[in-house]
Amino acid sequence: MDLNFTAEEELFRSEVRAFLADKLPAHLSHKVANGKHLSKSDMEQWHAILNARGWLANHWPVEHGGPGWSAAEKFIFEHECGLANAPRIVPFGVSMLGPVLIKYGNEAQKRYWLPRILDGSDWWCQGYSEPGAGSDLAAVKTTAVRDGDHYIVDGQKTWTTLGQHANMIFCLVRTNREAKKQQGISFLLIDMATPGVEVRPIITLEGEHEVNEVFFTGVRVPVENLVGEEDKGWTCAKYLLTYERTNIAGVGLSVAALERLKRISAQQTRNGRPLDEDPSFAARVARVEIDLENMKTTNLRVIAAVAGGGVPGAESSMLKICGTEIRQEILSLTRRAMGPYARPFIPEALEGGYTGMQVGPEAAASAAAQYFNNRKLSIFGGSNEIQKNIISKMILGL
Amino acid sequence: MNFEHTEERRMLADSLNRFIAEQYDFETRDRIVKSAPGFSREIWRQFAELGVIGALFREADGGFGGAGFDIAVVFEALGRGLVVEPLLGSAILAGDAIAAAGNEAQRALLADIIDGTSIASFAHDEPGTHYELARVHTRAERSGGQWVLNGAKAVVQQGEHADLFVVSARTAGAAGDEAGISLFLLPAGTPGLSVRGCPVIDGGRVAELTLTDVRLDAGALLGAENQGYLTLERAAGRGVLALCAEALGAMEVVKTATLEYLRTRKQFGTLIGSFQALQHRMADLLLEIEQARSAVINAAAALDAERLPRERALAAAKVSIGRIGALVAEESIQLHGGIGMTWELPLAHYAKRLVMIDHQLGDEDHHLQRFIALGKRLAA
Repeated sequence: MDLNFTAEEELFRSEVRAFLADKLPAHLSHKVANGKHLSKSDMEQWHAILNARGWLANHWPVEHGGPGWSAAEKFIFEHECGLANAPRIVPFGVSMLGPVLIKYGNEAQKRYWLPRILDGSDWWCQGYSEPGAGSDLAAVKTTAVRDGDHYIVDGQKTWTTLGQHANMIFCLVRTNREAKKQQGISFLLIDMATPGVEVRPIITLEGEHEVNEVFFTGVRVPVENLVGEEDKGWTCAKYLLTYERTNIAGVGLSVAALERLKRISAQQTRNGRPLDEDPSFAARVARVEIDLENMKTTNLRVIAAVAGGGVPGAESSMLKICGTEIRQEILSLTRRAMGPYARPFIPEALEGGYTGMQVGPEAAASAAAQYFNNRKLSIFGGSNEIQKNIISKMILGL
Repeated sequence: MNFEHTEERRMLADSLNRFIAEQYDFETRDRIVKSAPGFSREIWRQFAELGVIGALFREADGGFGGAGFDIAVVFEALGRGLVVEPLLGSAILAGDAIAAAGNEAQRALLADIIDGTSIASFAHDEPGTHYELARVHTRAERSGGQWVLNGAKAVVQQGEHADLFVVSARTAGAAGDEAGISLFLLPAGTPGLSVRGCPVIDGGRVAELTLTDVRLDAGALLGAENQGYLTLERAAGRGVLALCAEALGAMEVVKTATLEYLRTRKQFGTLIGSFQALQHRMADLLLEIEQARSAVINAAAALDAERLPRERALAAAKVSIGRIGALVAEESIQLHGGIGMTWELPLAHYAKRLVMIDHQLGDEDHHLQRFIALGKRLAA
């Protein structure tokens, strides 16, 4: 039993730290640290910096451009990026589609699409959820009907994160209406410039445009854009959802958020004393800190099991629930720490280059918006209730 | 990073688990807790033979373990069996205090403690101190070449059957001061010591001690005068780890039993484990128990660290175990329904122990405050 990382892993940590100190642009980390919005070019800039170092697709196999990191190294990288307030890697191309193509794509697809993910030629978005298929993903109704060398796609996708920036979308479409639910689904790559594709924004409760609806009306998609076999897309869909989950707990993000909360609560006051000396507030912060310390070790235990040849299956469901609840609690406390200044909300103040009126402390500008925005954490990627169903079935055998 | 125990620890755990499974079943345990002494001398002797007591002491003290993960492995196994024999009081608390602070003559007592012929007891808590380690009212005053002790000690584990007590008393300062606490070795039967025993709800017995002009020779002072606090804190810290690991073992048993019940009990013509309302509660328990396991690992790993990080990790673990222990106890009773309320079901006894662990060496609230205070000192 040894909770320490090896000397080599610590050396790797120093390497990551040095890289972040050297290469992470201050305007990006400042935005992340203060909960401001990242523009498309901000995200592209960070991807390009990581790609230049060979660290963008850090869980891809070496032959496709991955760095060949162990699970522990990936954990360290994510952790240090969180602490340094680096932008998160936009997951849709790198973390979601990439592994699916590597596992199920044909040679031509791999050769063409993978380099374009790395160099930023394509911005991918995810066409999974539909108005009638949320937690019940296999209920997708968008159809793809074969017509010569093309599929004709009709239907609607929703909750398409950052779809407004994307030129490509990977979709679950129904190619066989006769087959049972999970069969008859195919995994299709669609160029969003094709006639018949329309993107409409969904404004979320805090006023942000992060997600979209995507409509397909008679969209012609070349058959070579089918990944894997026709009607076997559910295999790809599931693989995508379980592939990269060592970081599902988001420990680095929570550690960074907790540091920020502590800084803020030392500056705020209640009863004429720093807020972190208020017994009830301090107790809430301490509780979430303890939960986070425990989760860090739980996460490392899962990683160690993977390194020992195990597969993170349903354990990642535990990490997802735990990790999202902890992050939501930290963001809730951050909102509380702002007191009345959590309410004033100037959306423009969250954009880069804003020089207008500032109300209250700088950290107050995003506190409530971040809290509301991150209610999504326990809903997306399989809601926490779905995760409990998975635990119940896969681990508990109920 | 490695979360596997060493070969030696795995073997120790295996033999202890086997012994408990074969020799310490629920009926045996029930008989033991209802017996007059509230524990079994015979089982105690066998624990000593198995090396269980020795595993809790360092080699320099005559044992062959004593590290955080030795304590964790042993007490997790003891928790699985709801063992009531006085390993915590004799080996961990009193034993560690003697090992850490004793002079040569006092440390010579360790051999008998390790081979089981002598049982030591830790008499520290007092009525009204409510877990606060430095709040010692019992006084020790010099009189001629001797010490005279007056005061009371509360809820002392195995107080009736100990051969020897480690007693804390104030030799300077006010109740609540860390400085000015001294430790003494008090042999059972010393005139002026009165012992009133009673059973506890989670099995076994404790005693209330009253010290009235108890006279001890100068050689009874354990460690330096007025400097007892750090010894107390160290021993109590090891006790906290032991209790947390014990709770983890008990949680494992409760989890297995409750799952088994969900898989076999039928209502409305179907297994109750098929109901989502119950599945989600069970999934929550699983998740919380894994978090508790991580808390124990963190505490065990920190046991030999410097004082502040060590004490902070121990406080974090006790907070986690306090909360999760009560949750597991309450939920498992609820998931069992009526049968969970009965004496005949072993589960109920695990539930009682899990809840009562929060009442030893500081509860969830106590350790949360401690965690906060230690964090401030670490940051300063």
